[in-house]
Amino acid sequence: MEEPLLRIEGLRTHFFTSEGVLKAVDGVDLSVPAGKTVCLVGESGCGKSVTARSILQLVDKPGRIVGGSIRWNGATELATLDPAGEELRRVRGGEIGMIFQEPMASLSPMYTVGAQLSQALRLHRDLTKQEAREEGVALLRKVGIPNAEQRYDTYPFQLSGGMCQRVMIAIALCCDPALLIADEPTTALDVTTQARILDLMMDLRAQNDMAILFITHDLGVVAEVADEVAVMYLGRIVEHGTVEQIFSDPRHPYTRALLRSIPELRGSGARRRLTAIRGMVPSLRQVPAGCSFHTRCDHAVEGLCEVTPPPLRKYGEAHVASCHLDEVPAAPAAPAAPVLQVTERVAAETAAEPLLRVEGLAKHYPIGGGLFRKPSGVVRAVDGVDLTILPGQTVGLVGESGCGKTTLGRCVARLADPTAGRILYRTEQGDEVDLATVTGARLKDFRRQIRVIFQDPFSSLNPRMTLQQIVGEPLRTHGIASGGELRDRVADMLTRVGLRPEYMQRYPHAFSGGQRQRVNIARALITGPRLVVADEPVSALDVSVRAQILNLLTDLQEELGLTYLFISHDLSVVEHISDRVTVMYLGKVVEDADTADLYRQPRHPYTEALMHAVPVPDPARRRERHAFEIADDLPDPAAPPPGCRFHTRCAHVRAELCRTDVPELREYGERRSAACHHAAGLTLAGVGSVAREPQVDGRMAGRDA
Amino acid sequence: MLRYIGRRVLILIPTLAAISIVTFVVIQLPPGDYLTTLTAQRASQGDGVPTGEIARLTERYGLDKPVIVQYWQWISAILFHGDFGESFDYARPVSALLAERLPLTIALSLVTLVFIWAVSFPIGVYSAIRQYSVGDYTFTFFGYLGLAVPNFLIALVLMWVGLQFFDLNAGGILSPEYRDAPWSLAKLGDLAAHLWIPIVIWGTAGTAGNIRVLRANLLDELRKPYVVAARARGMPERKMTIMYPVRVAMNPFFSTIGWVLPGLIAADAITSKVLNLQTTGPLMLRALLAQDMYLAGAILLISAVLVVLGTLVSDIALGWLDPRVRLRY
Repeated sequence: MEEPLLRIEGLRTHFFTSEGVLKAVDGVDLSVPAGKTVCLVGESGCGKSVTARSILQLVDKPGRIVGGSIRWNGATELATLDPAGEELRRVRGGEIGMIFQEPMASLSPMYTVGAQLSQALRLHRDLTKQEAREEGVALLRKVGIPNAEQRYDTYPFQLSGGMCQRVMIAIALCCDPALLIADEPTTALDVTTQARILDLMMDLRAQNDMAILFITHDLGVVAEVADEVAVMYLGRIVEHGTVEQIFSDPRHPYTRALLRSIPELRGSGARRRLTAIRGMVPSLRQVPAGCSFHTRCDHAVEGLCEVTPPPLRKYGEAHVASCHLDEVPAAPAAPAAPVLQVTERVAAETAAEPLLRVEGLAKHYPIGGGLFRKPSGVVRAVDGVDLTILPGQTVGLVGESGCGKTTLGRCVARLADPTAGRILYRTEQGDEVDLATVTGARLKDFRRQIRVIFQDPFSSLNPRMTLQQIVGEPLRTHGIASGGELRDRVADMLTRVGLRPEYMQRYPHAFSGGQRQRVNIARALITGPRLVVADEPVSALDVSVRAQILNLLTDLQEELGLTYLFISHDLSVVEHISDRVTVMYLGKVVEDADTADLYRQPRHPYTEALMHAVPVPDPARRRERHAFEIADDLPDPAAPPPGCRFHTRCAHVRAELCRTDVPELREYGERRSAACHHAAGLTLAGVGSVAREPQVDGRMAGRDA
Repeated sequence: MLRYIGRRVLILIPTLAAISIVTFVVIQLPPGDYLTTLTAQRASQGDGVPTGEIARLTERYGLDKPVIVQYWQWISAILFHGDFGESFDYARPVSALLAERLPLTIALSLVTLVFIWAVSFPIGVYSAIRQYSVGDYTFTFFGYLGLAVPNFLIALVLMWVGLQFFDLNAGGILSPEYRDAPWSLAKLGDLAAHLWIPIVIWGTAGTAGNIRVLRANLLDELRKPYVVAARARGMPERKMTIMYPVRVAMNPFFSTIGWVLPGLIAADAITSKVLNLQTTGPLMLRALLAQDMYLAGAILLISAVLVVLGTLVSDIALGWLDPRVRLRY
């Protein structure tokens, strides 16, 4: 066999902490052939990033490579090179480029992007400053940055996340590396930006004949880009094969569980429980004996899986998995996991009085301004939005970053004061109150009824407070309960969100992202709210944990009769939880419809673009979405384009009206409206056309039967 | 950048006006006015104040006029004539008293600031990069010691050390034989021999604080993704550290200029007393004890103005150093 570009054998990277040795990477074999894309998949905490960083010896203390070999180009042994030595530095950046998860934070804020780019160029190539500048501008152009000449002299914080990731790619590619290591390069980005970055990477790969080691937790992305897939769990590769093998014939229960937990776009409109993987990745301090996955596996064979580590079995050309299941011919029918449990929900009574009616809501932020300055402009973050939420319903609010959906959510919860408009909230007594005008003690009363779940589970919990204090705080500030009663209520709420009450005295740092988000939910629900504003509650979470949290939100809604305003940039997530969906673009509503109708056939080109930006977890259909690509980033919200705000990026833009006249939100059929001049004449592609469910069933049926 | 500075300077004007008003209120706070205090003082010493003198002072400070006029007379004298009033305790103009002491005080403050930077910068960087090494622990230990021990105690110890081992009378700023001598190399040497003691004393606390801040900041920065990213593109470690994380971590150095200066001018009266240094600290202490309000007010005003000016300097320095400050505000 031809020697691959990169061959990792028996790699072991351990962290020597005061609590013992953590075996983050424990015997990984992985090869990256020249010109191919290899995806390394797994949940957070499985050792994917550490594996990637080990290749260039970028693991921070107290981590250290303790064994194995990393053979580069058939010749150089990277694992044993001096980490500060000349030889390794030549490989870093020169032969292997790397990009990271948080593009904005991966660039120093103190230097312009051009300075950092030209510096990288001059490290490995003998260029004068002027040559480096020309080369740098050319690179920026190559990675699709408009106005490269001007952007060269901007600072990273003046660019969007997607632009920063393009700059990172330019830096990584500046010396024509043979391998690009991409560590979750799109996880922190919007779906639309993700789609464009993935396309860029694939194009550059083809142009430069470069191999990519792509690390991600998202199998949808894997299906888009991968040639080969390696699934990693607790420091080991548990399955490896070509992308077709992994998606059509997954052998390891972990791979299959991951595949099942992707929230797919289905277009059926029915709300459905997602299949989540039980529990969470165990701590590296207590790696289960035997097969490390047996604690979460639905098929674990007693007396075997928890005792003997499974051997690597070959299932065909280049397809291996380490699982005991095929050793036991007639696997005892494991208690079949409730696969694809569908909870069809009848859309809430249309006759019911709405719980919340937002009318003409606007929120404008001045730009700049101060004691001696006039504001230099105004950002119309929310610009005349109407929204209606019926009791017991979930309304999904969708759009890219910067389109004003979070601001709208904050206005509804009165965390921000609206500039204009009315927020009519129906109280339990049945009368409507305009929340926009309520202040002081009365507002406090409504704060009990309208609660918010925040996006970032890591920064939205005070690290110096115990769970009891965090979850109990609203009870105390509203004078609802104290002392023993407070403790009982907190314990009860923790149980409801799936946390053990014994955790009450612990601090947030002891919990994983998913668990913290449960705490966040508990804090929101403890006051017995009627309306919950969930602001991107799952975007910071892994796919598998995302499914758990979405299911939890659905369960709680049914149990407690909650009404949700669910904010997200990801239409695939929204479909699973919403009854109605409202799409926002640059502060305005562009489409509003029942979930099923919207997904079956969108009426606004923006909705269509958002829908098709979601990666489809089916390698056979990769690049299908290319037809629906939208260009560029969001326009400057301080100076929105005239006419239809979307016309600068619209694939269906026409000469008449679009560029000059602002489209009104018009009714199209029953309970749906769109703000597009040509909505009636356009036939936009939804996702209902190709039914995916039978395939999913078939794929899973193989072993679950 | 120019507009940024211009705006900051504009904001200074109302701030300074507010400061002067507060200072004037402080001067007015003791019961009775300057004149009654003076008369009482003289009376207790057995002699009265001549009527002509009373009339002159009443006219001078506008004591028979409304408060607002008094304020205007006080502040306009300062602004247009550099006249801060008279110290009845010393029976001399306040400006003359300050002229004796301010230059030394400011010079000492500036040298101390430079000392703090020169010492804390390398140590802070070292402590962060070699976290938990023997050197880090050693510096940390001495840092805490410097923070925890009161300055006057260090002063006493250093004076004892100077006397015991170097045969040096550490008090004052010059040895008695040079005090009135013309400037010469020998006098300069003597000055240096005396100067280092107050500088080290005042410097220790500031240095210790700065080391801790720089170390903590740099540790945070070293864990930022851009450090790994820079390493991953093959930058040499030393160059990378200086260029990226250290540059960000340096901000507190500049943002503290604002309170290092006035702190040294007003606060450390005890150390100055112990070391017999003719700075404004002891002057302020005595003025407060004797209710010599024009003198105290003048020092208060100057300290406050220095805080404001120091903040301006640090803001401009930050704006120059950090594009986020420059471009975002």
